[in-house]
Amino acid sequence: RGMAAAAVLLLLLLVAGPVPGRAGAGRERRDALREELLLSPLPTGDVAATFQFRTRWDADLQRGAVSHYRLFPKALGRLVAALGVRELHLALTQGFWRTRFWGQPPLQAPAGAELWVWFQPTVTDVDRAWKELSNILSGIFCASLNFIDSTNTVTPTASFKPLGLANGTDHHLLRYAVLPREVVCTENLTPWKKLLPCGSKAGLAVLLKAERLFHSSYHSQAVHIRPVCQDASCLAVSWELRQTLTVVFDIFSSGQGKKDWSLFKMFSRTLTDACPLASQSKVYVDISPKNKEKELLEVTPPPTSVHEAVVQGDKKTYAVYDLLSPSLFNTSRSLNVQLKWKRPQDSSEMPVPVLHAQRYVGGYGLQTGDICTLIYNTHPYRAFPVILLETVPWYLRLYVHTLTIITKGKENKPSYIHYQPAQDRRRPHLLEMLIQLPANSITKITIQFERALLKWTEYPPDPNHGFYVGSSVLSALVPSVIAMKDVDVEQSPLFTSLFPSSDGSSYFVRLYTEPLLVNLPTPDFSMPYNVICLTCTVVAVCYGSFYNLLTRTFHVEEPSRGGLAKRLANVIRKFRGVPPL
Amino acid sequence: MAAAVPGLSRARAAAAALLLGCCCCGAALTGGVQDQAEQFFRSGHTNNWAVLVCTSRFWFNYRHVANTLSVYRSVKRLGIPDSHIVLMLADDMACNPRNPKPATVFSHKNMELNVYGDDVEVDYRSYEVTVENFLRVLTGRIPPSTPRSKRLLSDDRSNILIYMTGHGGNGFLKFQDSEEITNVELADAFEQMWQKRRYNELLFIIDTCQGASMYERFYSPNIMALASSQVGEDSLSHQPDLGIGVHLMDRYTFYVLEFLEEIHPASQTNMNDLFQVCPKSLCVSTPGHRTDLFQRDPQNVLITDFFGSVRKVEITTETISLDRDLTGFESKFPEDELATEPLKYAEQLPVAQIIHQKPKQKDWHPPGGFILGLWALIIMVFFKTYGIKHMKHVF
Repeated sequence: RGMAAAAVLLLLLLVAGPVPGRAGAGRERRDALREELLLSPLPTGDVAATFQFRTRWDADLQRGAVSHYRLFPKALGRLVAALGVRELHLALTQGFWRTRFWGQPPLQAPAGAELWVWFQPTVTDVDRAWKELSNILSGIFCASLNFIDSTNTVTPTASFKPLGLANGTDHHLLRYAVLPREVVCTENLTPWKKLLPCGSKAGLAVLLKAERLFHSSYHSQAVHIRPVCQDASCLAVSWELRQTLTVVFDIFSSGQGKKDWSLFKMFSRTLTDACPLASQSKVYVDISPKNKEKELLEVTPPPTSVHEAVVQGDKKTYAVYDLLSPSLFNTSRSLNVQLKWKRPQDSSEMPVPVLHAQRYVGGYGLQTGDICTLIYNTHPYRAFPVILLETVPWYLRLYVHTLTIITKGKENKPSYIHYQPAQDRRRPHLLEMLIQLPANSITKITIQFERALLKWTEYPPDPNHGFYVGSSVLSALVPSVIAMKDVDVEQSPLFTSLFPSSDGSSYFVRLYTEPLLVNLPTPDFSMPYNVICLTCTVVAVCYGSFYNLLTRTFHVEEPSRGGLAKRLANVIRKFRGVPPL
Repeated sequence: MAAAVPGLSRARAAAAALLLGCCCCGAALTGGVQDQAEQFFRSGHTNNWAVLVCTSRFWFNYRHVANTLSVYRSVKRLGIPDSHIVLMLADDMACNPRNPKPATVFSHKNMELNVYGDDVEVDYRSYEVTVENFLRVLTGRIPPSTPRSKRLLSDDRSNILIYMTGHGGNGFLKFQDSEEITNVELADAFEQMWQKRRYNELLFIIDTCQGASMYERFYSPNIMALASSQVGEDSLSHQPDLGIGVHLMDRYTFYVLEFLEEIHPASQTNMNDLFQVCPKSLCVSTPGHRTDLFQRDPQNVLITDFFGSVRKVEITTETISLDRDLTGFESKFPEDELATEPLKYAEQLPVAQIIHQKPKQKDWHPPGGFILGLWALIIMVFFKTYGIKHMKHVF
C-alpha cells in the first residue's frame, strides 16, 4: 500500500507539472536608454551641441552568460566579454576645441582617433588583446584603427585612471594610443548611429545628418563603455554604454553671421518625437547669465522646466524640454528650439577659463626644433596640480636634458616625472609630469628634439604633408568657483556624471592641446630612377668604348666597282670630259 | 477506281504529314518549356560580391573617388549589401578641407547627384589602400585579426565585380603615387583566385588611361573585362564644376552610370548593351572589352548577374507558428553574486599616491654581446700584460 501511495504521489507530481524554480532565480535584466541634447551658446557667437545617449544594462557582461541583447548593442557586448575589457573609450574627432575662447569643454577629445582601454586583471597577454581590439574596432567603425601598433601605443603611469568601478589600478592593464592623421567622415558616423537603439529614425538622433554635422568647426563622436554602480548602495555592477557627439557650429559658415540659432538652422531638421525605447529624452539649453546679469538669452517655445545645477564648478541654468511630456507637442507637431539674444552681447567681456593650454613647435630648419607647451592658470588665488602626458613619435628624438619648466621666471620642478625613451621603430617617447601650477601664472615647458631620417619605404605616399605629433593630455583637478553639493543625479545633464567626483571643492577636467605638424627631411623619391639611368648610361658608354678599343680592327676596303647606274653615269661623264665618280 | 486510290494515298500522306507536324509542334512546345527552365538556372552563381578600388590620392583626383562611389551607389541600389562590398578609397574627398560642401561627393556639375550619401561604409581608407592589401583581399591571404567587413569571403559560386580607377599606363596602374600594380601581377592574382575556387565568374572594369593593357595578360577562365581606352589612348574626364574647382567624373564611368541608372533588379539587359556604352564620339577614347575567356555568350549574360544581387526565391505554403511567450526565456540567467562591500570608483588625480609611486622596476636583461665582448677584451689585455700567473689571485 505504501508503494501504491508513493506511486500515486509521483504521478500527481508529474501531472502537476515542473515545480517553478526557487524564487528569485534570475532577476529581470533591466536596460534603460537616456538621451539628451545640450545646446550651449559660446562666447564667440558659435553654438555647441552635445548629444549623449546612455544605455545602461544591469547585466554582468564579464560573466559571459548573456545571450539576449535588447538595447545594448551586441557587437560591443560581445567585444567586452571576449577580450576581457574593463573600460573602453574611443573618440573620433575632426577639428580642435578652442578652450581659450569657448570655455571648458564638457568632454574633449584630441584631433584624430583616440583609444584607451583598461583590461581586466584576468587578461594575460595585454598586447595581443589590444591588437585584436583595435582591429575589431576598425571594422566596426570603418576607421583605420588597425594602424595602432607598438609605435604609437603607450602605457601611462599616472593619467587615465579608470572612470568606472575599479578595485586596484595596475597600470600594466592600461593602453593608450592616438592617431592624429585619422579623418572622420560619414562612414564613421553611419556605424555609430547604428549602435543606437532607435538608430537615426526616432528621438534625438534624427538630427544627426552628416551634411550639417561635418560642416562645422569641431566634430567629435565618442563611445565610452564602463562598469558603474547599479544603485546607491553600489553592491552590484551594471554596464554603461555612453555615446557622445559634440559639434560646434560656426557663426559664419553655418549661421550666416547672425547669433540667433535654432534647431532647424543648425541641423536642417526638427524634433518630432522621443525614441520610444528611451526612458528619458530631454533637450537642455544653457541660459546661464554671464557676469551675474539678467539673462539676455531668450528661448522659444517656452521650456517644460528650468533646472539649476553646478556644473564644472560654476552655477548654470538650463531650460529643459522634456520630449516625453505630453504637453510639449500639443501646439505643434515638431519642436524647433530657437535661441534669440535680447540685446547685443558685449564682445569685450569674454570669460577666460581657469585652465587652458597651447602647444607649438619652435626652431627652424629640418634638423632640430623644440616643442613648447604653455599652460595658463588664470585662477586669482588658488594653485592646483596638473599631469601632463606627452607622446612623441620615435622619429623626433627628444633630448631630455634640455627639458625646462619655467613659471614666473623661476624653474618649476615637477613632483613626479616619468620618462620612457623611444626605441627606433618600436616605441614612442612617453613623458609624464605632475606640475604644480601657481595661481595666476603661465608655465612654459620646452624640450628640444632632432629629426631622424627615415628609410625610403617608411615614408607615407604624401610625405611633404608632414608628420603629426599627437596632442598632449592635461589632467587636472580645477578648484570650483562654487562648492558643488550632491545634486539630484537624475535631473542633471548626463555629462556631469561621466567623471566621478570625490569632493565638491574641485572638479576633474581633461584637456588636450593642439596636434603638431612637423616636416621631416624628405628625399627626392625620383632619385632611384635617376641613379639607375645615369649609372646605366655611364656603364654603357664606358664599357662600349672600352670594348670597341679592344676588339675593333681596321682593314682596308676595296672600293666597289659600282653598280650599273654608276657605270653608265661614268660613261656619260667620260663623254662630257668630267672626272668619273 | 484508279482515281480513288491516289486520293486515298494522298489523304493518308496528308494525315501522315499532319501527324508529323503535330509531333514537331509538340516537340517545339516542350522544347520551349525546357528552354525556359534552362534559362532559370542559366547563370551558376548564388551570391554576388563587389570590390571597388580608387587608387588616387590628392584633391585634384576627386573624379576617381566620384567614379568609384557612383559604381558603389549603383551596386547597392541593385541589391548587393554592404557586407558583400569591399570599398577602397585612397583619399578622403568628402571631408577634405578643400571641399566647399563637406560630406558630399558630386558626380554631375551643378551638384545634382550626391554619390556619397548618408549610408556609406568604406572598408579600406587612406593609407590602407596599397597593392599588398588589394592583392591580399583578392587572394584571401589576410592576417587572422582582420575584421569581416575587410575580407572578400567569396566561394566558388560567387560572381565578383572588380572595378578599378586611377592613373595608369601601358601595363600598370598607379596606387597612391608611390607604387604600381602590373597587369602580370593582376593576372596572377586572378589565377590564384581561380585555383582556390574563389569565384564563379568575374567581371573586371577599369577606367584609366591605356586601360586595355591591364586585361591583356589574363589567362584564367570565366573572366570578362572592360576598359575605358585602348593602349596608346588616354581616358578623359568629363566636366569640371566651377564651385568645387575640379573635374567631377571620368567620361567612361559617367556614361556607364547613366546606363546603370536605368537598370532595375528585374531588367533583362545583357552585356552587349554595356559594351556599346560610350562610343568614341562621346568618350573620345575607344572602350574595349575582352570576352574570349568567358564561357557564356555575352548575349546571355545579364547586367544584374554582376551588378545586382538577384536571389532565387522558393515559395513554400507550409505554415510555421512562432511561440509568443518569451517569459520562460528570461528566467534562465544565473543568480548574480552581490559584492559584500560597496564597490567604489577610482580617484582621478590622487596626487599623494602618484608622487610616492615606486618607479617601475626595469626588467633585468642579461648583458648583450657588445658588453660581454668588451669585458672579455679588457680581461684578455690585462692578463696578457701582466701574465697569466695573476689568475690564481683573482679566482
